[in-house]
Amino acid sequence: MTAPLVVFFVLAALAVIGAISLILQKHPIHSALSLIVVMVALAGLYLLLGAEFVAAVQIIVYGGAIMVLFVFVIMLLNAGVEEHTSISKMAGAPGLLLVVALAAFVAATIARSADSIQSTSQAGEMSSTLGISGMIFKEFVYPFELTSFLILVAVLGAIVLAQREKI
Amino acid sequence: MNSFLSTNAELIITVVKIALLLFIVLTVNAYLTWFERKVVAHIQSRWGPHRVGPHGLLQPLADGVKFLFKEDPTPAGVDKFVYYLAPLLALALAMTSIALIPFGPNPIRLFGHDIYLGIAPPDVNIGILALFAITAMGVYGVTLAGWSSNNKYSLLGGLRSSAQMISYELAMTMSVVGVLLMAGSFNLKKIIEAQAHHPEWGIFGWNIWPQILGFFCFFVAAIAETNRAPFDLPEAESELVAGFHTEYASFKFAMFFIAEYTSMITVSCLCSIMFFGGWLSPFPASWTFTHFFPSAVLIPFGLWVIWDGIRYETLFGRMILPVLGTAITAAGAALILLPGVNTFIQGPFWLLFKILFFLFVYVWMRGTLPRFRYDQLMAFGWKLLLPLSIVNVIITSFVILAKIQWWGAK
Repeated sequence: MTAPLVVFFVLAALAVIGAISLILQKHPIHSALSLIVVMVALAGLYLLLGAEFVAAVQIIVYGGAIMVLFVFVIMLLNAGVEEHTSISKMAGAPGLLLVVALAAFVAATIARSADSIQSTSQAGEMSSTLGISGMIFKEFVYPFELTSFLILVAVLGAIVLAQREKI
Repeated sequence: MNSFLSTNAELIITVVKIALLLFIVLTVNAYLTWFERKVVAHIQSRWGPHRVGPHGLLQPLADGVKFLFKEDPTPAGVDKFVYYLAPLLALALAMTSIALIPFGPNPIRLFGHDIYLGIAPPDVNIGILALFAITAMGVYGVTLAGWSSNNKYSLLGGLRSSAQMISYELAMTMSVVGVLLMAGSFNLKKIIEAQAHHPEWGIFGWNIWPQILGFFCFFVAAIAETNRAPFDLPEAESELVAGFHTEYASFKFAMFFIAEYTSMITVSCLCSIMFFGGWLSPFPASWTFTHFFPSAVLIPFGLWVIWDGIRYETLFGRMILPVLGTAITAAGAALILLPGVNTFIQGPFWLLFKILFFLFVYVWMRGTLPRFRYDQLMAFGWKLLLPLSIVNVIITSFVILAKIQWWGAK
């Protein structure tokens, strides 16, 4: 096994273990910590693919800003240990079915594109800072601007909701 | 054995560099506490530490021993895993960020390998972004320590810390965009090289002049990010006992302490690299006589240490200080006698000089400014720093655009 492959398996295992622990942990803070592990492991996987910019942004935005906000809210509400109830009947049978369907879909997709999986080096050029900014500001400029408009509306909505009595 | 050495040379060099950097950073940290106590003491017309060793120079050693041998109780009701994880996280992330700093322009040629100063290879494309990523994670050390301690003061400290980090991280990231636009790269080495476009301008070619707004925003936000006075609300001792580290004793407390001082060093490195030309000399490149500046600093300082040492009040000081002074003077004289070494040392010397200056500013501010009130802190971050850094980005991009459009630069 080559070194990148070893690193891949370590990071992949970390991500999967973090995701499982996220569901199984009883305390919200422990769940949030598991989610941070998943985010950082994913950033490592991006780095392995040569997508340096995406990896750094993944940690800054998701690992840093968003998860700090999660932890902040959990701490502010002083949320205690959750009680796990037994799985509801609604979630039981259809959930199992959906899991099987998703697994089959993912497996089929991988099997279909197995021969093109090797070519990871292209990702490096596509996902350099220059490449990403070129795509955002040339090809996809309208979807990008629309997204930022949507976020602006959301920000305004949050301010209005928070200051309802003053307005 | 020989083949093992030659095939794994890069790995061995990196491990040795990591060990060396760890040793240097920890020693500098220890003496930074001495430096801080001395400077703050003199600001407040006191002597500071002066009992342990001459001029209190062995105080850091005594403190280290004390940290190691103190009892380390774990309070009742703490969340054990997170309680032990928090100091580890804080220290590990603070140390990792130092690894990305390049400390000199030219590699040393040793055993047939080019060895760069600094652990990360000099061509890391996302240098500054990776640094921000690590600082962004650094908040968890403080926040989780506050939460896991099962103490309401600690919890308040942790809460304050996370809110403060979220608020000031935006301004900090926005404030460096101007520098990035001017350099056209995230690479720290390229950012420095972009400031050397006009070698004859010296100090006037640095980013500090066009980016003075950006520097103000960055430095203030960075002080807030490192939880230093006047932004040390997470540990405000007059309100929260000791804030997030109230329940930590012995070496776990020391880990937070070392983490804080290491982040101070990182921020000083970043300030020097992004705004003050990194390893560039402030003098024009044609003034080659300024290459003797390191000697001109070291020799008088060494002579002063000898002069001070021979009339020091304790016998130990009379023995050790002249030896120290002779060593410093000899180092300064050796630089004059060895032109090759002297040329090589220029870059690292100027970078260290600037780092020391910013560390002094850190201590100076702590000795001068009172702590912010919490609402002032929030208003300052959101209503002044963030708009100011955005204005800086807009102005910088317009100037760069105008340069390309009308003067046809690049």
